[in-house]
Order: sequence, then C-alpha cells, then structure tokens
Amino acid sequence: MTNKLIAPTRRTVLTGMAAGGALLATGLTPRFAQAQSSEPIRLGFQLHRTGIGAAYGRWYERTATAALKVVNDAGGINGRPVEILFEDDGTDPARGAEVFGKLATQSNCDLVFGALFSHVVIGTAPRAAELKVPYLVCSEGHHVASGMLNRWTLQPGITDVKSQVQGMAPFVTQNLGKKIAMIFPDFAFGHDHRDYFSAAVAAQGGEVIAQIAIPPTETTFTRYFPQIPAETEVIYHVMVGPAVLTFVKELGEFYGTGARPQLFGFMDSLEAVDIASPGLEFLDGSHFWEAHPRYKQADASEAETTYRAAVGVDDNGAAANDPADVATYSHMFSTWETLFIIKAAMEASGYQGAADRQKFVEALEAMTDFAEGNEHPQGAKTFNGKTHQTFGIQSISKVEGGKLVRVHQTTLADGQYPDEVDYTTQSF
Amino acid sequence: MRDKRSLILHLAVLAALLAALPLLSAYHVTNVAKIMVLAVYAMGYNIAFGYTGLLSLGHAMFFAAGLYAAGMGISLFGLSAVGALVLGPVAGGLAATLVGLLALRTAGVAFMIVTLMFAQAGYLTILYFVRYTRGDEGIVIARATRAIGSVDLSADTPRYLLAFGIFALALLLNLALVRSPFGRIMVAMRENEARSRMLGYNPYTVKLTALAVSGVYAGAAGAAYAVLFGYVGASLASVQYSILPLLYVLLGGAGTVLGPFLGALLMFYLIDYASSATSAYLFIVGAALILLVLFAPKGILGTLRERHARWLP
Amino acid sequence: MQLGSIFLLALLEGLASASVLALTACGLSLVFGIMRVVNVAHGEFFMLGAVLAWFTASLIPGPPALAFAVALVVCPLIVGAIAALADMLVLKRLNYEPEATIVATIGLLYILQQGALTVFGPNALPVPAPVDFRFQFPGFGYSGYKIAVIVAAVLLLLGLWLILTRTRIGLVMRATQIDRATARAFGINVDRVYAGVFAMGAGLAAIAAVLIVPIQQAHYLMGADPLLLSFSVVIIGGLGSLRGTVVAALLIGMVDQMIPIFMPVVFPAYGAWFTPTLAKIMATLVVALVLVFRPQGLFGKRAA
Repeated sequence: MTNKLIAPTRRTVLTGMAAGGALLATGLTPRFAQAQSSEPIRLGFQLHRTGIGAAYGRWYERTATAALKVVNDAGGINGRPVEILFEDDGTDPARGAEVFGKLATQSNCDLVFGALFSHVVIGTAPRAAELKVPYLVCSEGHHVASGMLNRWTLQPGITDVKSQVQGMAPFVTQNLGKKIAMIFPDFAFGHDHRDYFSAAVAAQGGEVIAQIAIPPTETTFTRYFPQIPAETEVIYHVMVGPAVLTFVKELGEFYGTGARPQLFGFMDSLEAVDIASPGLEFLDGSHFWEAHPRYKQADASEAETTYRAAVGVDDNGAAANDPADVATYSHMFSTWETLFIIKAAMEASGYQGAADRQKFVEALEAMTDFAEGNEHPQGAKTFNGKTHQTFGIQSISKVEGGKLVRVHQTTLADGQYPDEVDYTTQSF
Repeated sequence: MRDKRSLILHLAVLAALLAALPLLSAYHVTNVAKIMVLAVYAMGYNIAFGYTGLLSLGHAMFFAAGLYAAGMGISLFGLSAVGALVLGPVAGGLAATLVGLLALRTAGVAFMIVTLMFAQAGYLTILYFVRYTRGDEGIVIARATRAIGSVDLSADTPRYLLAFGIFALALLLNLALVRSPFGRIMVAMRENEARSRMLGYNPYTVKLTALAVSGVYAGAAGAAYAVLFGYVGASLASVQYSILPLLYVLLGGAGTVLGPFLGALLMFYLIDYASSATSAYLFIVGAALILLVLFAPKGILGTLRERHARWLP
Repeated sequence: MQLGSIFLLALLEGLASASVLALTACGLSLVFGIMRVVNVAHGEFFMLGAVLAWFTASLIPGPPALAFAVALVVCPLIVGAIAALADMLVLKRLNYEPEATIVATIGLLYILQQGALTVFGPNALPVPAPVDFRFQFPGFGYSGYKIAVIVAAVLLLLGLWLILTRTRIGLVMRATQIDRATARAFGINVDRVYAGVFAMGAGLAAIAAVLIVPIQQAHYLMGADPLLLSFSVVIIGGLGSLRGTVVAALLIGMVDQMIPIFMPVVFPAYGAWFTPTLAKIMATLVVALVLVFRPQGLFGKRAA
C-alpha cells in the first residue's frame, strides 16, 4: 500500500540519501528496519478534550486511534511500532503551547499533530519552531498557507478554508442564485469566509448583497434576520459553535411556511448534530458544503467502507454503537490521513529519531500527491510543499428526506489559488 | 534585623531560581519562565487585592493592555522588543488608571462588577478590531523581532534569563513598596479606611495609585508574555485571565511578597499534572478556590506568617 | 420586510428574551437582596437546569409535552437542592463574607461546569418543544412555543410575587432581609431561610433554562451569557430590588433585541463599522457607568 501512497520527487530522495547515508525509505524489509531500533515512534496529539472544541476532540481521538491500529497492524513505521500520546489542551492557545512543549520535550514525542481550532494552532506554532519539532495541524484554517506560521508547521491532511470557499462558490452562483446574503460569526474565521467567498462570487459574476456579522457571544439570532434583503436568492451561513443548532432552527422558523431563498450552509454548523433533530425539518432541500459526506453515498469507495468500519461510524455518520452520537465527519478524517502522511514522510526520509526531524519536514515538503485509497478515504489531494497546505476535493450535498445526498463534487483545480508564501526558503 | 532577614530570604529565592536554570529540563525551563511572567502579573494583582483590599475581576484588561501594546507595537509599528517591553507597563498603568478613575468611585461588590464589565468591554474591543488583532485567533509575533541585539529571546536560556530579570526587578520593587510609608498606607486603607481617612490620607488617591502600580505590573507581564512566548490573542484577555491571578494570590498568600510566585508555581504544576491525569482539571481549579477560602483564606505564606514567621513581608 | 412586520418581530423577540431574562435575573436579585451574596455561579445553575431538562426528556418516553412538564418541575428542584447544599457546605461557613463568597462561587462555577462536561458530554443537547406550531405573520414566521414561553414566564413571575408578598415564606424572607439578628430572636431559623433563598434563586435560573432549552440547546458552556446579562439587569434595576429587576429585564431584553432589528433600518451604515459587537461594547460600558454613577440603579431609590 505504500507505493501508491506518495510520490516524493527524485531530487529530495537523492538528497536525503546523500545527506543521511541511510536508505530506509519505502520498500525495505521490516526485519532490516527493526535491526536499527525497536523503540516505538511516539507521536504527540494535541487534543481538544475539554473547552469549546470538546465535541470535535473526542472524534479526533477516536479517528486517530483507529488509524493507529491500522498502521501498527501493518507493521508500524519503518518497522517500528507507533504510539500516540494524547494530551488535553483545553482548546486554549496558551495551554496548547504548554502541551506542545510537554509532548515534545517531556514525553519525547517525535512530532505533534491533531490541533483543530485556529487559535490553538496559532498559539502553538511559535513553540514548534522554537523547539524545532514538526507540528502537523488538522484545522482547515488559512493560517498555514497565509504565511503567518513557520517552517515546522504544516497542514497536509485537510484543505484550508480559502480553497474550500473558492471551490464551492461556482456551484452556488451557477445552481442556486447570484444574489447572496452571507451570515457569519464576527470573528476571524467568519471574516475569512466573508472575504474569500465575496471575492470568489464576484469572480463568478454573482454578488454578495448583504454581509451580516453576528457577535461571537450571541445565543439567539432571529433579530438579525430582518437584515436579509428581500431580493436575496441564496443565504450562505457559516455559524459555528454550540449555538449553531439554534441558529438553523430560528432561520427555519423565521421563514416559516413563506417563500424562502435557497440555503447554502457550511457543514461546521451541524457537526456532531443529528440532522433529524427536532426543528431542523425545514432544512430539507437546502444545500451544505461537506469535506467528507457524513451519510454513506451510493457510490462510496471501498476505502470509505473500510474507514467507517475502522473508526466505528455507521452509514448515517453516527457512532456504530450509539446512533445519537453523531460524528464530526467533515473534519475528523484529517487526523486519519495525517497519520498516514506522517508514516509516508517518515519512511521517505528514513526517519530514525529526533535528529531526523528536519529531514522529515523536507521529505513532507517534497510530496505532491496523495491518491485516494485506504490512507486517504476522503479523496485524492495535492500537497503544496511551499505553502505547507494540502488541497482536496469538496462535496456539496443536498438534504433529502433527512439525509445528506451529494449533488456535486469539486475538482482539485477548483480550489487552487496563487501561493502566498514559500516556507522552503525559510531557515529551520 | 527583621528587614535584613526578609531581604535575605527574597535574595535567596532569586538565587535559587537562577541556580535552577542549568538543572531544569527544557520543558521546565519554559514553564518556570512562564511562571515568573505570570507571577509578575499576580504580584501586581496582589498590590491591589492583597495589600490595598481591592478585589478586582478585571485585571485581564491590564494584562491585555500590555500584551497588545507590545504585540501590536511590534507587528504593526515595527517597535523593537525593548521598546515593547517599555510600552507594555505604560499601557497597563494607563488602562488601570483610567478604569480606576471611574471604578474607584465604587467599593466592594460593585467595584468587582464594574471592573468585570470594563474588562469584558476590553475583551470585546479586541474582537471588534479583528482586522488588526485577528480577534480570537490572535497573531504570532515574528520570531526575528523577538530579540535584543543578537540575543534570540525565543531560545530557552535567554528567555529564562529575561523573565528572571523582570521577575527579580518586580519582586524587589514590590518589597521596597510594601516597606515604604506608602505601602503602610495601602495596608491601612485595607484594614480601616475610615481611620486612615481621619489620619489625613485620601482613600481615592491612595487606591488609585495602588491600582495604577498594579496595572503597571500587569502590563509588564503582558508585554513580557508577547515578547517571550510570541503569541497575542483574545483568550488572554478573557475573564479567565482575571481569575488566574486571584487564584495564585489566594493560594500563595494575599498580602505577602512571595505569595504570588508561590501560588503561580504550585497552581501551574497542579493544572499541568491534573490535565494529563484527568480531563477534569477545571474541577481542581474550582475545588482549590473553595477549599482555600474555606480553610486557608490567608493562603500558604499568610498562614505561615501568622503561625511562625511574623517578619514575612 | 415591511416596517410593521419588523416592529412586530422586534416586539415578540424582545418580550421572549426579556421574560426569560427576568426570571433568571430575579433569582440573582433575590439572593443578593436577602443574603447580600453575589452568586457568580448563577449562570451555571441556569446551565444545569438546561442540561438536566435534556436528561429528563431523554429518559421519559411518550409525547414531548409530558417529558417537558416533568422537567419543568423536577429540574428546578434538583438544581435548588444542589444550591442549598452549596450554601450549607460552603457559603454558610464563610459567614456570607462578600468577597469570600464571590471567590467561592467562582470555584463553584468551575466545578459545576466540569461536572456537566464529565457527566453529559460536550455536545449541544436539543430538547423537543412541548408544543409545535408556528404563527405565520406577514413577512415572517414565528415559533408558537416562544409565545408560550412569554406567557409562562409572566405567570411564574406573578407566582413569585405572590409568594414573596402574600405568604408566610415571603414574610420570613423579608424579615430576614431587614434584620438577621432580630429575625433570629423571633425564632426564625435564619440558616434554613438562607439555604432556601439560595435554592430558590438557583431554581428560578433553572426554570428559565428549562423554558429556553427547546429554543436553544443545552450545552455545558452556556452559562456565561445569562450570567452577564443578569448582572446587567440586576445593576440597572438596582441591586436587590425585584421590581427594578423585572423592569430592567424588560428594558434590556427589548433593547438587546431591537438594536439589531431597527439599526439597519434607521442607520444604513450599520454593519459597516457600527457592528453588533460595537453595540455590545457600548452596552457593557453603560452598565458599568450606571453602577459607578447611579449605584442604586435606574429604577431604585437611593438607600438611606
């Protein structure tokens, strides 16, 4: 399974061989590898176990644990067993940096991955550079590709928000309508949506006719809805946090039985929420962006089936043993895929121990494509080593009879944008 | 005699912190550096709460004033690290003075709520200027700017040393302050405001001065945090960061010079340990607060002073 | 939307939020008025009520209305019992010293929050509304349940007023408020009154939460917003004055809802630089300034 996984450029592999003198890349027998060291490879995981990210955190933990089992059952990394050390960061940036230090220096982890919330990523990244320890985030923020972070921080497992928004904008303008009202939270994440989506819509000949920012502390929303202009054809909503279900319900009540614009939502609104919850009936017929379709689609790949079984998710995107426990399906695949990318990059760089961390980052930067398969059940991706950001396909699903059915899939080209940074020119 | 003994004790603590540097692992070097910065913040809090009796729930605003003055100064206006470290305490002192001018017209419970409300407004202001602050996400202070001359402040040893320097300065100034005549007036204000008024001291100006000094400390800690740890974000201005120094001070001992440091040290490692042993570390914070007010309202050093070492400042 | 529709929507939203806020804030005000305790954990009692309502609803089969009715009775009792326990174990031992009780209730806040997370998990927990119908007004639809909430809250507030003014319980409470020592001399068990008042305050927050939870979901971090709003209400209304609290809740609830509805109509630049976040900053500062310059509140009489 390793050979179709990645295609490092010839140059880097050669450089790696010359520099390291060890040819421990893909294809060597596990027996030989074991002779080098049988010490487990230790991966730190910055986990949102408590705090505002806790609903995501437990699914991140389950997914990463499932991926770990697959990796170890197949012989580990470079023939060595792999361990993941989970440490709670309270979804807090200051604590995030401390946890990173603890994992890297106290627990001697080879690298750290797993953070989702942008403020934790941004608060932690400086520490990663100080300690020169790779930090692989699973966050979908634009912070990595924007050039704000550093050489040691990469996002290989999930597409960033700028690319997501740009990829799906054409579907909205071509199929749902050209006059769009945006409703977004009045903080950095919402502003990213506002800026990138407005630009992408303008490029498509559409127009964002209202931008309705809602303060992040808000718990009820009806009072903002009169600002939606009457001529609106599409409402684009990207609310996040525990109050989102309220938001969606109140939007439904507001339009009631009257005519309403098309609705296009960001799946973050309903992560970990059952779409059959009371009050959500009105979502029927509306559209959602999903990175990874929650409901198993008719044409699902074999890898998708394998992935669901391994993580313990049923065909409706809930825990196999508890249908009320709905997964954060559009995000959690990133921890799975990141673990397999770690494996690939460690094997490509002949990773032996802490001294090879730089070679690991270089090997990862040299990667360009991830093929769809058991390691990448969400779909094929391209990786940009200069911007440290991965680009994948996005799905647009329609709510039909209480389930999400995919109606459109973007291509890899849809989500591309010019580089904003070249991290490879920065020193380690 | 009494003064000499306490001076020796404080110098010994400082010497021990310096001597610990080569002995600590990388993880603990960073931790203790952070603890010293947070202890400066808590010392500032202690000057208002422990010595002057002003229970504020809004100190996060003063900490954030220093944090953002330093962070924005560096990232937007090209300020140097040294400039940022000077600007921070000024901003903290200014914020505290402005808040104090209004809030000190109230006392007790009302003072607490007013400071809480001002700090909440400050927090929302950071979110409002999201274009510059990136709001809740925050910003990274570029590593190249976190340096004095050619000394890289993001490296373990220089960071520790600078944190130590700021801490030592703050500690000795704190010691000098509480022994000065003004320090005694502060305590008199806490113990019996009516009586000190009769002795000719204006409670308003005394409290305002104490709060301003407190703000200078908080601002200095905020600026040091930005420069030394490279992150500036709104979560550091949230109400939680007003409660932290209160917790530290209560644990270590309100109205003692070393209490804030001791409280910060113990609480930091208690949370650090608890969060890996259990996911319920907030429970520990809550329980600590309740147990402290119930059974040891004077904190560790306050209790020690009462029973054994009356000379402890 | 037509201006008439906008006005109607603003009125309904304002009343719905004000009525629930009034219940929550009355709990805080009652505790402050009689016990002189600022309960920082008040928002967590609210949260606990909401989370327990979800738990009750998930346990009881049958129509949602039945489960909801049970929750409306049971949750405030449980929350009240927890509060009474906290009063007897902690606050009483502190002799209700204002600053110590503030610190203790901050500790209580963390403990309750962590407890809810550990027991009920981090997800937003939905509760089905006991009545499910919508009014269709010109230009917008409106939840029938929200209107039911307004009615229920008004009835509950009336009930509270009757208890406080027309019953022996109310008399005892007022006597304790006026003079603790004399009340004790007349054979009133002050300890029991205090525990009861603290439980009642928490119970009011819990009732408000049960009412709100079919509209919003229960979540372990939901306590902060009602706490801050209740603080504002109690301050504007005058610390400890129940009548002032109700009037202030009406004012703040209405203003809070109406600003985002009317500002875009009268002020086209709204949303550009004058955002809802700026409105919140200004509102917070107003509350602080009221406390500074008019500590008796906008509706209270200056204390003698």
